[in-house]
Amino acid sequence: MAERLLKNISTRGLKNAVKGSEYRREAAISYAILIIGFIVLQAGAAAGMIGHNLQGQFVPICCYISLAVSLNLVVGISGELSLGHAGFMAVGAFSGILMSRIMGFHMSFEPAIIITSMLFAAFMAAVAGFIIGIPILGLRGDYLAIVTLAFGEIIRNIMNVLYFGLDDGKLRFAFNHTIDGLDNNERIITGAIGATGTKTMASFTWGLLLCLFTVFVVLNIKNSKQGRAIMSIRDNRIAAESIGLDVRKYKLMAFVISAALAGMAGCLFGLNYSTLVPLKFNFNTSVLILVFVVLGGVGNIWGGIIAAAVLTILPETFRQFADYRMLTYAVVLILVMIFTYNPAINARVKSVVNKIKIKKPGGKDKKTGKEAA
Amino acid sequence: MAKNKEELRDLNVSETGHTYENRQEIYYNDNVGGRAVFVDSKEQYSPDEPYNEDVYIPEKDRDKAPILEVKNLGIDFGGLTAVDNFNLTLGRTEIGGLIGPNGAGKTTIFNMLTKVYEPTRGEIFFDGRSTKGMKTVDINKAGMARTFQNIRLFDKLTVEENIKVALHHTTDYSLVDGMFHTPKYRHEEYRIRKEAMKYLKIFGMTKTANYTAGSLPYGAQRRLEIMRALATKPKLLLLDEPAAGMNPSETSELMETIREIRDRFQIAIFLIEHDMNLVMNICEGIVVLNYGRVIAKGQPEDIQKNPKVIEAYLGKSRGKMEEEEKNEDIEEALKKGKLESSASGKPDTGSSGKEVE
Repeated sequence: MAERLLKNISTRGLKNAVKGSEYRREAAISYAILIIGFIVLQAGAAAGMIGHNLQGQFVPICCYISLAVSLNLVVGISGELSLGHAGFMAVGAFSGILMSRIMGFHMSFEPAIIITSMLFAAFMAAVAGFIIGIPILGLRGDYLAIVTLAFGEIIRNIMNVLYFGLDDGKLRFAFNHTIDGLDNNERIITGAIGATGTKTMASFTWGLLLCLFTVFVVLNIKNSKQGRAIMSIRDNRIAAESIGLDVRKYKLMAFVISAALAGMAGCLFGLNYSTLVPLKFNFNTSVLILVFVVLGGVGNIWGGIIAAAVLTILPETFRQFADYRMLTYAVVLILVMIFTYNPAINARVKSVVNKIKIKKPGGKDKKTGKEAA
Repeated sequence: MAKNKEELRDLNVSETGHTYENRQEIYYNDNVGGRAVFVDSKEQYSPDEPYNEDVYIPEKDRDKAPILEVKNLGIDFGGLTAVDNFNLTLGRTEIGGLIGPNGAGKTTIFNMLTKVYEPTRGEIFFDGRSTKGMKTVDINKAGMARTFQNIRLFDKLTVEENIKVALHHTTDYSLVDGMFHTPKYRHEEYRIRKEAMKYLKIFGMTKTANYTAGSLPYGAQRRLEIMRALATKPKLLLLDEPAAGMNPSETSELMETIREIRDRFQIAIFLIEHDMNLVMNICEGIVVLNYGRVIAKGQPEDIQKNPKVIEAYLGKSRGKMEEEEKNEDIEEALKKGKLESSASGKPDTGSSGKEVE
């Protein structure tokens, strides 16, 4: 029977649809971009070609890349719009700073402090993601986006009134109105003023490691049974249920993992500044991360990496235009959007690419055509 | 009789000499010819109530428990009764058909069986268990898989991945394994890849393994959907219009495929189809539905002859229409004359074709 059916399904006309070993290609491209980018920027900095301002952006760039990749897990792979990613970043940043201060009280071995802080930050952000995820993941589309936006703001506002202090190595915390008890202690996090006196441990190398780890985890999940379950729910919820997949479970899984990775990125971000205010993690930051994802191509990991890097570097390089900086930024955004999402332009680009492609493997196509017939 | 049963149980010996060592696995039935019959529930079946006269089960499945028993199933949408009083018994390896004109409620029944809709009335026993309180996901885990009228594939995943997703529950590794691609992950992925390819081979689609499902031609998409349902290792496969949009040669191939699936996997198949050629050729039992009610049941030959079925599909014959008109006239006359004739003269056909049963 198989042979008879084979006749029916020729592979003719399906040429453009081959996926092949796309995962491996995607992984290779992503790692290559990260490592080459790292080497180029490091070399540029060493040779004095890159300004001081931009050098200061190295770690944030890594954090944003990591955030974009982790948000891609929700937006691209799970297919839900989340506008509260900065909230998880905030949870990670402040819990990471807290952990680093507590650890710093006992030891001075930085790698251990950073790794522990990151793990703690990931855990705390995952918990936050889990708590928020349970009630909201029954929602879909725009509604989910709005609720995540609200939760992101709620997290930031909680940070605004939260106080943490160290008292001879003992941790104390308070909210705005019970501040008195903390007055004489060493403060780590002071409400709206944020975290002050953080020892800046983050370096570009740590940033690279974070990016590599995030890409590794996200790509691995994408190519595992859990990832397939998440993607199948994105593609067709009813069909996914009909083959016995628990929709909520896998949506929550994507959300929590994404939050945990955002927490790690937030932690490194926090450890990069001696002072960090909660205002940094507002709605604008959430949108910024989403912009990286959308510009890089939803679901496209390496696209997100490039978008995050370019869109962080651009505002810095436009600094000389001062007043026109944000205007230029907006124009660039609009242009990129038009060029990536306009079907007419897309078709034009595709036809040009196809013309170039067809010239080379022309003989191959004929061969497969013969086999099928 | 009940007393007799207890006595036998005390003696730990049956009339036919069987012991009660494995009581839970033994059905006791004293309805068959007044003789006690002992059967292993897994191997053979003799139901508490023997199969009714109106239940059609193929001869080969008569000694096994039915895979699906539906009793008085009904659902209302607001004030509208979409399906009412639907009864069905499906044998272990039977190919059953569900036919009826458009809007008769066929897909609604599928949706109730798979709990996409919660039935308003009635009970569903799948594999001897009531599906009350189960959700779509549990239904699939219990062993019922389905395809959809409008194809629902995971369009952006490859053909191979579509089947791998269906093998999800047999893939044995944790999230951590998936995150870090441990040796266990590699081992399991290798295994399910092979298994997925096995399914593709049965349907002759190994060549298309790496194409995205959305890019496949229509017939191949339908086949992939059946494959995906099969990969969840069901005991009952529900096919919703598997031949829709296929040409005659594709349909005859599909017919072969469906039979082969049944023979190879030894499962029951229940299908909705409009293609009478397919239904009459491969179905062993057929249920005909019209306006949410069963109008006929039986083997293909009986269905083809059944006047109610012909009426539902082709309309009434002229003679019958005239007869009914006459009846309506009598009814009106009765109403006008205010004659109380409850016992004698009232025609029992009713006033319209709506109440077909």
